[in-house]
Amino acid sequence: MAGLKLTDVAKSYGDVSVLKDINLDIDAGELIVFVGPSGCGKSTLLRMIAGLERITGGELQIDGQVVNDVPPAQRGIAMVFQSYALYPHMTVYDNMAFALKLAKMSKQEIDDAVRKAADILQLTPYLDRLPKALSGGQRQRVAIGRCIVRDPKVFLFDEPLSNLDAALRVATRLEIAQLKESMPDRTMIYVTHDQVEAMTLASRIVVLANKGISQVGTPLELYEKPRNEFVAQFIGSPAMNLFPGEITATGERTTIRLADDHGDIVSAYPSTAADMGKTVNVGVRPEDMHVSEDGTGYTGTVDVQENLGEVTLLFFVPDAPGKDPVIAKLPGIHRGLKGQTLHMTASPEKVHVFMDGTSLLYR
Amino acid sequence: MHPALQGLVTIIIGVGGCVGYFVLSNYLLDRFLLPARAFSAEQTAARRKLGTIFLFAIPSVLIAIGFLMTDALFSVQGFLWLVLAGALILGLWRLNDFVFGSGATTAGRNISRANMIRPWLFLLPAMVALGLYLTYPVFETFRLSFTQRIPGGYEFVGVDNYTQMMSEPKFWEAMRNNMLWLFVVPAMSTAMGLIVAQLTDRISWGNIAKMLIFMPMAISFVGASVIWKLMYDARPAEQDQIGVLNAIWVSFGGEPQQWLTLPIWNSFFLMVVLIWIQTGFAMVILSAALRGIPEETVEAAIVDGAGPFTIFFKIKVPQIMPTIVVVWTTITLTVLKVFDIVFAMTNGQWGTQVLANYMYDKLFRANDWGVGSAAAMVIMLLVTPILVMNVRNARREMK
Repeated sequence: MAGLKLTDVAKSYGDVSVLKDINLDIDAGELIVFVGPSGCGKSTLLRMIAGLERITGGELQIDGQVVNDVPPAQRGIAMVFQSYALYPHMTVYDNMAFALKLAKMSKQEIDDAVRKAADILQLTPYLDRLPKALSGGQRQRVAIGRCIVRDPKVFLFDEPLSNLDAALRVATRLEIAQLKESMPDRTMIYVTHDQVEAMTLASRIVVLANKGISQVGTPLELYEKPRNEFVAQFIGSPAMNLFPGEITATGERTTIRLADDHGDIVSAYPSTAADMGKTVNVGVRPEDMHVSEDGTGYTGTVDVQENLGEVTLLFFVPDAPGKDPVIAKLPGIHRGLKGQTLHMTASPEKVHVFMDGTSLLYR
Repeated sequence: MHPALQGLVTIIIGVGGCVGYFVLSNYLLDRFLLPARAFSAEQTAARRKLGTIFLFAIPSVLIAIGFLMTDALFSVQGFLWLVLAGALILGLWRLNDFVFGSGATTAGRNISRANMIRPWLFLLPAMVALGLYLTYPVFETFRLSFTQRIPGGYEFVGVDNYTQMMSEPKFWEAMRNNMLWLFVVPAMSTAMGLIVAQLTDRISWGNIAKMLIFMPMAISFVGASVIWKLMYDARPAEQDQIGVLNAIWVSFGGEPQQWLTLPIWNSFFLMVVLIWIQTGFAMVILSAALRGIPEETVEAAIVDGAGPFTIFFKIKVPQIMPTIVVVWTTITLTVLKVFDIVFAMTNGQWGTQVLANYMYDKLFRANDWGVGSAAAMVIMLLVTPILVMNVRNARREMK
């Protein structure tokens, strides 16, 4: 039963600030995923929790105890590294037993713990092998086994799947999910840059960007109600379309006139009279777009059509160079839309409005 | 001519010769022997004919030289000469086939054939030089170790040289000292090199420290011996001590000692010199190996609760074990051959004799090439297994 509490945690190397104002409450038994673009500091944050990087500001509590200056081994954490970091000169058994030997446990206890973990991870036949004689997936499991035997309060995973091939990645992802289910009271923190891993594994996702936390929430919260444009575009694939526009009607619902005479669109997001005439960005996910019957919404000519069978992707390439194309994802098969001029709209509940990058919902 | 000028000319001729050989031989290979273009069947046949003329021309010149050099071809030397020429003909005949072939040839075939020959072109000078200066002397020494010098020549004496050597106490002293060196020097050098490599890795002036420790490597063994001889120097008690060791000793109230004449201890004083030199070597290699250890394994050990000593001995050292073995054996080889230090500092007196110095004594002082060669063979016998092990290890390292 161990929760984590991060209060104003910051990290800087000399004058270079990498992370600042990180405030986060993690409850016991959660599987938290840190996700963000490369270089956003998500691994650094994890390593600070592990105790491998010094925390240069703020306070980190594990289980209600400030651990800023507690060495890693006494924090009750265990970590799976990106490259597995198995000890190449030790057998699988010794790899898993190393921490327990250091903890001066009895031979019998060590043996029981290792064999139990090996059993769970189906590593029993490989206990006498050296890591170099194992496949990537098996090495991964040894790395996880090394954590399990210590029975830590918090598991830390640093991009554990990035060295595996695509098929193995899906399988190992499922294994980690099952592992979590078998240990409901253990907290896990998982770092990845892969949003699919984040969406499928997380009880809550922490999106990191610009040295701080962009948004914290369940996967569907992030998908349905992104706090800002960054989260909106980071979660979901293809990324959310953003259209510049101007608010023309306010109230319970907001009407926005899209720039470049692309028509009007209505959002279910409420706005105040003061917002009248403000410039905003309208965000619509490709899968939420559909052809409007009454000629309202975004108007454009289909430049490229991709037929994938289950869905049809339509690309509207903007005239201005350097701008991302508008993408619509229509369910099923649609023939011969290329070259046609279409009016695309979305139901008001699915239309996000961002003012200065922040969603109207979170003002 | 001024000696410096002579040296310069020698260097120019030597380096120029090397460059000339490589440029010219490759030029011949790519332009005349196997140019990168296609030949019709007739052209190939013509080239083959030309090749065959060369093929017989070169050995016949050799045979002619043989005639001129020896009195007659029908002596032992003449026979050897003929065998050599015969082997050359056979080799060139195969090469002729390989190079020209029969029928039309393509540019691609010529290029790939040329690239198969090229490595041998580069290896040839090294192989000839090694054969002449290394392989041949080994066999000649082996032969000489069974001979004895008599006025006007030599005679075959079987294993007499070996039995004579075995009965000499000086030989056994040398053997014992060599074993002592063998245990102490590689162990101390490697251990100190490892410790220094680890300690200098994290400190700001680590690189300066490394440079200082590496510097003795640049000094010749004799130079180092001269330096250390001064360190061990002794002056009469009433004078100031210029030797560091005696200066310290006297300041603590001792009588000045002739350190290099104290039995048993003096061997260790000599070993210190070699340790001083070899630590730098061990440090450089081991430092690189330590840097090559994946940082994440160290971090994993930290998370597992390992302290600095456990990390060093249980995580780092095992991972660089192959490198440690290579360093250890390399230093062992140096130790087995150690000569200069003993020669320059004690010349094997006062119980410090080692095998190489014993060999030198026999060969150049006593003019007894038989026993000297026998001693050389003993050294080689001791070195060979370690050499084989070292080469194997180095190969495994490279994989």
